[in-house]
Amino acid sequence: MELAGITGYLISFLTFTGIYAVLVLGLNSQWGFTGQFNIGIAGFFAVGAYTSAILTTPGSPAYLGGFGMPFVAGLAGAVLASVIVGLAIGLITARLRTDYLAIATIGIAEMIRLFIKNEDWLTNGVRGIAGIARPLAGTPLDTPLGYLLIVAVFVVLAYFLVERAYVSPWGRVLRAIRENEPATAAAGKSIARFRLQAFVLGSALMGLGGGLYAHFFGFLSPEAFKPLYGTFIIWVMLIAGGSGNNRGALLGALIVWGVWTGTELATGLLPSHYATQGAALRVLLIGVLLQVILLTRPQGLLPEKPPKLIAKRPH
Amino acid sequence: MNEILQLLVYGLVLGSVLAMGAIGVSMIFGILRFAHFAHGDFMTLGAYLGLAFIAAFGLGAWWALPAAMLGMAIVAVGIDQLIYRRLRRTQPVILLISSFGMALILRSLVQLIWGSDNQTYVSGIQFPWRLDWLGGLRLKPDHAWIVLISAGLIVAVHLFLSRTRLGKAMRAMSDNMDLARISGIPAERVIMMTWIIGGALAAAAGVFLGIDTRLHPMMGWTTLLPVFAAAILGGIGRPYGAIVGGMVIGLSMEMSTLLISASYKPAVAFAIMVLMLIVRPQGIFKGTL
Repeated sequence: MELAGITGYLISFLTFTGIYAVLVLGLNSQWGFTGQFNIGIAGFFAVGAYTSAILTTPGSPAYLGGFGMPFVAGLAGAVLASVIVGLAIGLITARLRTDYLAIATIGIAEMIRLFIKNEDWLTNGVRGIAGIARPLAGTPLDTPLGYLLIVAVFVVLAYFLVERAYVSPWGRVLRAIRENEPATAAAGKSIARFRLQAFVLGSALMGLGGGLYAHFFGFLSPEAFKPLYGTFIIWVMLIAGGSGNNRGALLGALIVWGVWTGTELATGLLPSHYATQGAALRVLLIGVLLQVILLTRPQGLLPEKPPKLIAKRPH
Repeated sequence: MNEILQLLVYGLVLGSVLAMGAIGVSMIFGILRFAHFAHGDFMTLGAYLGLAFIAAFGLGAWWALPAAMLGMAIVAVGIDQLIYRRLRRTQPVILLISSFGMALILRSLVQLIWGSDNQTYVSGIQFPWRLDWLGGLRLKPDHAWIVLISAGLIVAVHLFLSRTRLGKAMRAMSDNMDLARISGIPAERVIMMTWIIGGALAAAAGVFLGIDTRLHPMMGWTTLLPVFAAAILGGIGRPYGAIVGGMVIGLSMEMSTLLISASYKPAVAFAIMVLMLIVRPQGIFKGTL
């Protein structure tokens, strides 16, 4: 591969990493901070991606859309739509044990995928939506590098948002809920309300990630939102990086996406009639990687730091 | 009328499959306090183990059932000993994450070994019995066997839980873990038995699905959501509730095709589950959640 090819590959790799980083940060505010188990990330991801695609594409008789709105409006719509879905799920499950949330979220993710697949009038079904506009079209920055910069801006924004949330009194309540729910309730905090807020914040970021994905890839189909790519790999990223630690979340996104694309290169060397086996082998490796992390280093590469003790006392 | 009767039969068949899965999910939840997300893929692997067995010895389709149940019981205990046992000291939710990973590991193993195409236990069409006394209802012998065998397995589970020492110990652990432990119940043996029963019943569900339709690496995963819905409906942690839940979900899913598109069958299970979570989250038979 000549130099241009390598640079192009690297830019695409980093763009994907950035999009996943936004999703992992969203999951961190749900699982890492609050201990809420969302395994329907793919659903929020899909809602965000499709909302943005429908809002920004030019008209088409095949599916709803043709609003031709600008990129920023598409992303705002993506965030709004996932917030609405997140509110609905959160309201149902906020009072319940975390296992219920797990089952409800995987259910909603599968329902959303089923809906996207079957409702042609809205999403063009399995044929998918093509020709999603690139945000910088018509400017000299309309290159992969330009889009990487946009993604980077959003990663930085998302990082500062969740980092600020983490250290704020609000974030402290979330961690208190995670560590000891009855004690937090006894301190007069409304567990259900804080949980709902954290869940919606995470959903919003997942919707944003979906919107960024749609405009990067330019084409959407229901296949992209299977539990594997949409949910599982994001969980492995967060757990490998260190749940509860936002820098860990970013590192996890980079490393796991690196491993994932690395194995793609490796299995690409296999003869073509082993292609499906190669894909299964990669999933197997990621699954084993997760088990190894859980067994040997469950706190992740960058564990969450315990809060500083307040030692200074007025004399 | 005839159509409704026909759907009733399909509903009972699907309900039997779901009940087999949901009993295991419910028991595992009762004992180990986590939602076992690899249960769908236990079904898949069980079905394929049965396929491997009958292919190796050139036997008829129903021989897959005992082989799959035995094989999956061993695999389930093995997975527990290798992975889950080491994670039990942490929070149950870590087990949940691990089981989600296990689901993908098992599914990709099935894909690696048997490929991703549809497979069947026997090729060819089975001719249904035509029951003239029931308005010309068509009943496939396989369907009758599925319902009868699951009824037999349910009776066996019931006898185990109510008549044997280990079964009673299991119920005690599910009701009150601490109290059970201080009264000297052998926890590790009960946990092992839970995996044996859970794995064997999941394999039975998988073989039933395979005999009814076909084998596919995604077959268990797509059944997992209705299985969970059945377990929640019956009150998670309550094996008897899981049987009722399975039947209700199975019948509702099949009956719904009278009104809406068949591709939304899983959505029916999901809708019932969400309704239940809002109205009565502890399930029909007050579960342990």
